[in-house]
Amino acid sequence: MTVPGAWYLVLAAILFGIGATGLLVRRNVLIMFMCVELMLNAVSLTFVTFARMLNDIGGQASVFFILVVAAAEVVVGLGIIVAIFRRRPEATADDLHMLKG
Amino acid sequence: MIGLLSHTLVGQTVQAPATGCQVTPGKVTGLCQAFNSLHIPVEYRTILPLLVLSIGALVLLVISAVLPKRSRPGLYPLLTVIISGLAAGASVFQWIDVGNHAATKAIGNQIFYDRFSVLFMLLISVATLFGALLSDSYLQREGLDGVEAYVLMLLASTGAMLMAASAGTIMLFLGLEIMSIALYVMTAYHRRRAASGEGGLKYFILGSFSSAIFLYGAALAYGATGTTQFDEMSVFLARTTLPNDGILLGGMALLIVGLGFKVAAVPFHFWSPDVYEAAPTPFTGYMAAVAKAAGFAGLFRVLLEGFHSQEANWRPAIWLIAVLTLLVGSVLAIAQRDLKRMMAYSSISQAGYVLIGLQSASSQGTAGALFYLLTYTFIIAGTFAVIGLVQGEGEARNDLGAIRGLGRRRPGLALVMLLFLLAQAGVPFTSGFLAKFYVIAAAVNRGQYALAIIGMLAAAIAAFFYLRVGLLMYSSPEVDETKEPTDGAALAGLRPIPGFDTPREPALSQGPGAVAASSDGDGAVALLAPPEGRVEIPFTVGITLAVCAAFTIFAGVSSPVLDFAKHATTYF
Repeated sequence: MTVPGAWYLVLAAILFGIGATGLLVRRNVLIMFMCVELMLNAVSLTFVTFARMLNDIGGQASVFFILVVAAAEVVVGLGIIVAIFRRRPEATADDLHMLKG
Repeated sequence: MIGLLSHTLVGQTVQAPATGCQVTPGKVTGLCQAFNSLHIPVEYRTILPLLVLSIGALVLLVISAVLPKRSRPGLYPLLTVIISGLAAGASVFQWIDVGNHAATKAIGNQIFYDRFSVLFMLLISVATLFGALLSDSYLQREGLDGVEAYVLMLLASTGAMLMAASAGTIMLFLGLEIMSIALYVMTAYHRRRAASGEGGLKYFILGSFSSAIFLYGAALAYGATGTTQFDEMSVFLARTTLPNDGILLGGMALLIVGLGFKVAAVPFHFWSPDVYEAAPTPFTGYMAAVAKAAGFAGLFRVLLEGFHSQEANWRPAIWLIAVLTLLVGSVLAIAQRDLKRMMAYSSISQAGYVLIGLQSASSQGTAGALFYLLTYTFIIAGTFAVIGLVQGEGEARNDLGAIRGLGRRRPGLALVMLLFLLAQAGVPFTSGFLAKFYVIAAAVNRGQYALAIIGMLAAAIAAFFYLRVGLLMYSSPEVDETKEPTDGAALAGLRPIPGFDTPREPALSQGPGAVAASSDGDGAVALLAPPEGRVEIPFTVGITLAVCAAFTIFAGVSSPVLDFAKHATTYF
């Protein structure tokens, strides 16, 4: 029995939705950050599924670009997070309240 | 789901030659020939400015590693200016080269080599040049000078150029991320200013969120059309009627949202005021010019090339976004008491006019939008140069009061600032007027009368806060409570925003001339007194201001710059 391709798309959409919701509702910056990664991985899954359905290598190649970019983003993102929260007790977005208006 | 087989650069190298080139007969034969010889030609001249900037960034890093730390102040900005000057020269060469030959696709069809991308390369090179000139004195004043700022700036420009030249969603994404990651760090660059780091983190979270949305849109568009290349998408959509186009429309919408974030179009603008306020001032000016231009280049590529045949579907969406952007940007700018935040909302509102040009989906609209972006680069660089001068050390004074009385303290500086403000308001004989005129004319020619009227209305609203700043510069520098009703801020009928006037860094902002205004609580709008002491204009900033002002007037009274923009639409 093979799993129909559409199911993978639905799974990817659900993962993307979880990531997006998590980013919007969670307050811990690290978890928000993980949610972004989840969204990117959902996109990768979508690309691979479509590549498989279309019998085309282009979509799979795109995933490599996404992986590399996600890794670069992690490096810079964690750098910024560490720089900010070094002097603060908790890593929550609620502490970021200086900029408003 | 039937899709065309896409031939991407990487796909070609992974597939066996025979299978890779026989699936859809009669299509992309040129590429197959190139592949059969196992050789993808890299036409270096098509990415010359990109190469200059990225190699320049590496050279800077190497030099900084070899030389002793802080050996020569001014060396790195000088090198950056030379590098971006070279990149500008390379763009000019490309402009002539594209004119002599036809516009082509290059490097495994991943790069568009046309005047549209060359214009953006020139624009970005010039913006980088200004960015380096303005950063020099700022970073020295703040004690932050080092090679990193310039390397990041060059890399961000590389990414922005890649976005403008991209021929597919994957290259666009790559450029977007190269640019954005550098910009996140640039926003958080001011180590001792807590707001800077906070803004950097906000930009990072929302920026990567928008990147993910953009990418999901690219994935859905790929699923619907079977390709990530704009031209192949366009061909496929023109000759195929999809039985169920939900995936395509969803992909298109997500692409618009993702790029809308980058250009700070309403309702995706929330990050922009925070980031503009947080980033070091010269970087803010650089960002306002480069990130916006690159984001719009991406939007034009996606919508006018990839989804050209879907015009009926995306034009109403862009119409709505343009209207919201124009009105929300202009109205919220009035309520701001911080110069950089105000310029952020102002730049949101300016993006609305570029969206009008995009919404027209005509070569006239594109020319207008390109002219707009080109002239805005000079205006915004000049504006932030002045703000960088008046804000004082440690960015202590970003409030409107800092600029008060500038007309007496530095008449020349105030005059130049007034010119930039008038240009943004769209006063005749400045480039801003012509820019607004052309995009609105393009809208009228496509029968978009409502949009044109809203554009003019937004210009009238925006003129109010530009003129308010202008009046403040020429009002009395003394804080005189009895004169409060006549000063610009009181004219606006503003209430103080709670907590806004609280000095952010008390040690810095409680200078000898500063008067804390928020604690009286009587609801009166009192501006802090302007900082004491003379505003010094460093040589580099002076040069930038002179060039920007000259260009703003030149582009406003003569036509060569517009002709330049018109030539850049030939690809469409």
